[in-house]
Order: sequence, then C-alpha cells, then structure tokens
Amino acid sequence: MKLAKTLMASTALTVAAGMVAADGHMANEMTIVSWGGAYSNSQQQAYHNPYMEKTGVTIINDESSAEAVAKLRAMNEAGNVTWDVVDVVAADAIRLCDEGLAMEIDADEQLAAAPDGTPASEDFGDLLVSDCFIPQIVYSTTFGYRTDMVGDTPPTSVCAVFDTEAYPGKRALEKRPINNMEWALLCDGVAKDDVYDVLETEEGQQQALDKLATIKDDVIWWSAGADTPQLLADGEVVMGSTYNGRLFSVIEEQKQPVAMLWDAQVFDLDGWIIPTGLSDERKARALDYIMFATDTQRLADQAKYISYGPARASSAPLVGQHADLGIDMAPHMPTDPENAKNTFLYNYEFWADYRDDIDAKFQAWLAQ
Amino acid sequence: MAALTPISRTPVSFYVPVVAAAGAVAGLFVGTAQGSSLLGVVLGALFMALIALVATQVVKAETPSRWGIVVLLGIAGFILGGFVAGIIGALFGWFFGWFSFWLYEGRYRAKVAPYLTPGQVLWHFTFRVICGAILIFLITPILVVMPLSFNAEDFFTFTPEMLRFDPEGYSLKHYRDFFTNADWQQALANSVKIAPVATLLSVSFGTLAAIGLSQPHVPFRRAIMAILISPMIVPLIISAAGMYFFYSRVGLQGTYIGVVLAHAALGIPFVIITVTATLVGFDNSLTRAAANMGAGPVRTFFKVQMPLILPGVISGGLFAFITSFDEVVVVLFVGSAGQKTLPWQMFTGLREQISPTILAVATILVVVSIALLTVVELLRRRSERLRGMSPG
Repeated sequence: MKLAKTLMASTALTVAAGMVAADGHMANEMTIVSWGGAYSNSQQQAYHNPYMEKTGVTIINDESSAEAVAKLRAMNEAGNVTWDVVDVVAADAIRLCDEGLAMEIDADEQLAAAPDGTPASEDFGDLLVSDCFIPQIVYSTTFGYRTDMVGDTPPTSVCAVFDTEAYPGKRALEKRPINNMEWALLCDGVAKDDVYDVLETEEGQQQALDKLATIKDDVIWWSAGADTPQLLADGEVVMGSTYNGRLFSVIEEQKQPVAMLWDAQVFDLDGWIIPTGLSDERKARALDYIMFATDTQRLADQAKYISYGPARASSAPLVGQHADLGIDMAPHMPTDPENAKNTFLYNYEFWADYRDDIDAKFQAWLAQ
Repeated sequence: MAALTPISRTPVSFYVPVVAAAGAVAGLFVGTAQGSSLLGVVLGALFMALIALVATQVVKAETPSRWGIVVLLGIAGFILGGFVAGIIGALFGWFFGWFSFWLYEGRYRAKVAPYLTPGQVLWHFTFRVICGAILIFLITPILVVMPLSFNAEDFFTFTPEMLRFDPEGYSLKHYRDFFTNADWQQALANSVKIAPVATLLSVSFGTLAAIGLSQPHVPFRRAIMAILISPMIVPLIISAAGMYFFYSRVGLQGTYIGVVLAHAALGIPFVIITVTATLVGFDNSLTRAAANMGAGPVRTFFKVQMPLILPGVISGGLFAFITSFDEVVVVLFVGSAGQKTLPWQMFTGLREQISPTILAVATILVVVSIALLTVVELLRRRSERLRGMSPG
C-alpha cells in the first residue's frame, strides 16, 4: 500500500497547495499593463517603486500592451476585466475610447496640477488627444544608421533611405503603411504640407507604394521594436526605423557604431487608460495611481531612464541626467530643438479614417 | 567489424570525380560564406580533385600527405577568415585526406558484403550521409543557441571577439541576469509550481480514464476516447479561446487553479495514449487472480496493475510535464500576469527586447531536460536490473 499512500498524500498536498495559492491572491494588488523591456523598467523605477513604497500596494506588471485592444475586447465580452491600468499608444486609446472600453477622465479634476498651479488640461495642452487618454511621453519613430557602413558622407535626410546607390545595403522598415507612406511621398517630391492631401487619393496611395517599390528588394520588414536594434547591431542593415528610445539604448548603452537620423521623425504619444468595468474599489485605486504617476516630477523622473520626452510642459525643465550613464538627457529627447527641425506628428484623424483601406492595399502590395 | 571483402586500389577515373563532388559541396558552404556560391562550387571541386590526385599519384605515402593536406587547408582557412576559419580548414583537410585515401585504397568496399552491386554500395553510404544530415539539421539550432548565451553583448550576434575566442567576448552576465532578475525568478517559480501539479492531475485522471476505457463493457468507448483526446487534435488557440471565456464565467480565469486545470486538460491525452498502449500487453487474468485471492479492486490496482503499467504512466507523465512546462498559448489566455510562466516570459522577452537572457534560460532548460531524461533512463535500467535479479 505504500504507493497508494504516497499517491493519496501527494494528491492531498496538491489540493492544499492549490487552496493556499488561491487565497494568496490578495486584494491589495493591481495589474499594470505595459510594453516590457527598457520602457517597463523606466516606469518601474519612476512610478511603480515610489508608489508601492507610498501606499503598500503591490504592482504586477503584464507586458501585453501590444495586444491591449484585442485583449480588452475579450475581457469585456467575458465580463472579467483583470487589468487596472493600461499603457497604450494614442491611436489605440482613441479606439478603446470610441468602443467604450476605456473610462473618460476629467483632466482638471482627476489629474494633478503643475507645481505652479497650472491646471492639468493646460499643462498637457494639445496632447490630450482623447477624453480617455492620459499622455505620458512623446516618442518618435525615426531612423538609425551604421556609422561604419555609410562611407564618408553620413546621411542627413530621410530620403537617404530611398537612395540605394549612395547607401547600398538592406534597410529595416516597419511592416505597416503608417510612416512609410509619408516618408515615401516626402522623398518623391511631395511638399510636407500636402502629404496627407495626396495620400487621401487613390493615385497618391499608388505613388507612395511605387516609391516604396523602388527599394522593396532591399527592405527587411520589422514588426517588433526590438528587431531593428538587433539588425543594426548585426550589421544586417545599413539603416532602419524604430523608436528613438531603442536607438538611444543601442548607441549610448550598448555602444554600437550607430547614429541617429532625426530628419522627418514622426512624433507619437504613449500614455495610460483605465479600462471600464472595474469595481469601485479598483477604480479608485487606479485613479489614485494615475494622479500620482502623471504629476510633473514623476514624468520628469522617467526621462532619467529612457530617452522619451515627458508629456507635460512643466516637466521639461526638470529633465536631468541618465540614472546610470550620467549623461544629459535633454539632447537625446525627440523634442529637443536641434532634433526637431523637421518633424511629423502622427495624424490620428487621417489614419483613423484611412487605416483599414490603406492597410489592405499595403499588405496586398507586400505579398506581390 | 572485420573486413568482408578483399579490397584493391581504384582507378583515377573513379575516385577523383567523387572527391571533386565532395569538394563542390564543401565549396558551396565556403563560397556562400564568402559571397559567391557558384565560384565556391567550381573552385572547391577543382581544388579538391587536384589535391586528391597529387596526394595519391605524386606523394603516394599516406601519412605525410594526409598531414600535409591538414596543414595546407588550415593555412588557407586562416588566411581567408582568421583563427576559427583556420581550425575549420584543418578539419576539412583532415576529412578530405582521409576521404581521398579511403576511396583510393578501396577501403570503402571492405566492410560491405561482397555480393553488393556498385549501386547498392553507393546507396549504403548515401543512406548514412542522409541520416547524418538529418541529425545535423535537427540539432544545429540548439547548438547555435548555446555559445550565443555566453555573449558579452546584449544582442543575438557572434561578435568578432567571440569568433577569435577572446575571453573578453564571453560573459556569464545573462545567466546572472536570469538568477537575479525578479521577473525571471517569478516566472521560474510559477512554472515550477504549475507544471508538477498539472502533471499529477493529468496522470491520475489519464490513468483512470485509460483503464476504464480499456474495459470491453464500457459503452461508447470510442466516442469517449475521441473526446478525451480532442485537446491534442483541436488547434491550441481554439481550446485556449474557449477556456478563456468559460473560465472567466466560472471565475477561474487568472487564477493558479485555472492554469493548472487547463494544463492538466492538455496533458491528459498524452497519458491516456501511453497508458492505453501499455494496457494492450496487460493480462486481465492477473486482476481476476488477485480478486480470487481476496484483494479488493483498489488493492488489486495498486499491487498488481499499477506496477505493470508503470512505464507507460511515467512516460505519459513526462509528456504531460513537458507540455505544461513548454506551453505558452493557453497560459497567455487563461493566466494573468500573476501566473506568468517561463515560456510566457520568453515569449514577451523575444518580442519586446531581444535579450540573450532568453538564450541563457534556453540553455539551462536544455541541460535540465537532458539531466532529467538521463536520470529517468538510469532509474529504468536499474529497476530492470533489480527485477532481473529478484527471484520470480
């Protein structure tokens, strides 16, 4: 009977362990969803750790921002929202807000005012692109290039991407039309102010795809932010687009022979939303967290760990030095005047209207 | 193996073209690495044919010419690509020296039966080459990962320092990261908590189901069997989505028990299949004999049936354990961040930041798996030996 006893004992233990683990799920926890990697780390240092110290709440990180819209839809459908605060890009926040999956926020009531008393709605200004969205950072999608593969004339214009004669080698571009179409038109002689007018028309879309077709054989298409840094470090590509914070890490932290090409960088916003359908207790805690994590000092603190610009005007003067490297962060911000000579702002309205259509055309073109 | 067939030297028209063909294959790899496949093929074939001819017809003495080829190709590799290429070149040289004389002296014929036709001899060796190629194809991805996990940089790249075998290029920092990073340690703890419990549930339920379904009088046996095995056949993403909505309704989504139950459901088919297979060889008169001697069904099961089907139960349990330990799709749906397992952490890590810490974890898991399988195999042999020695 020894075997039987062992089996029974272990089954009993299993059940007991299960019970204990289930009870261990305390009410004093909140799940915060973000992108992972260096970005989550910067939030951990600047927001989560001080908040946990202050309140005793335990914060669990879920790195699911990439599929936040789909997952929130499923959670809503299943009537079981397990996330408390979610970090998304502005375009996703607008979609979630339209579908009623994110809670509306009254900026002046529910967010901290600037230290000098400026209300939050003025401090964030135009960056409050949706009623549900609390902006956190300004980031940009821009190009980095291998300094040892471009010869004596490093590129200064985004059109170098389309110039395979002067800069031979592979390029890394994101596997979606957004940004690529704009850059293609810009380098095909369309004036910057006319880009979206041209892109509204069938011919304009075809023009952009035709321009992209000239380098199609030289493009490696990426879909995760980590791809381009890896390709650049490998020397697989001579230049590639990615988020500016990733390039900062490649250049300053990993010391790779890579430099920034800030020309025609595209600004985008990233920030928080609070899902709808939370219990009153969880909602109150999520709002308390948001109030804390988006105040002027906290946003400035985040810039110590990653080169993204704080979304509040009042935070900009407080941006200091990198926490480990000790270098000034201001010149690495996409919003620094030297870097922001020629910029785009992600056109939310245009892409909300045309995204499905152009996406379909782009994917069909890719498959040709 | 003793020689089966008397051997004799072969004509130049036979061995030189064969060596040239092998040289072309080697040249294809070298040429592709250097940027021109076609040139590699042609040069490889010509060069190797020449070497074989000179070694066998001009130098003639076997030992010095084989060493000469090793040194020659080693130097050629060193000039082309440095230290590592030099070693690879020397290995190529060793192979081609051996290959040339193996063909020239007719040694290849010695160990195959004398009555085989040339075509059958060719197939005999082609078959071995194919088997070797398949083995290399299967194992290379795993072997490539291991040295990269000791990379001193944060990318999946063989740096020049690594290729020069410079200690500067190697580091244990990704292993240190795994053992000190709270995220990875939490994921490891979750995997270790979930997999054994899920395995235990799979083994208990799967074994009972297999025994029940092997009784000839159970109605709808085939239908029930098909339903129980369905988690293995239905695409995982379908099961995962279904479990997500069902578990959400009953309050199991995002809980430890939910993940354990989901993994147990995935593991049960493996246990059923392996145990059913061992039950085919089980003699049912043994249970009747036990009953005849007054043992109850439970006692009969544990004293008579269980020890006999134990190998099937254990291998089913191993499969169930590996399923749970490797599983990423279902846990992404059914779990929440609090149940983040190792595969989940690897999945998000690979997507958001390509860090060699993932490779370090993969290497550790490979080593642990090999250790685990070795231990199980040793235990099996030991119990077989003990059983052989015990009387009756």
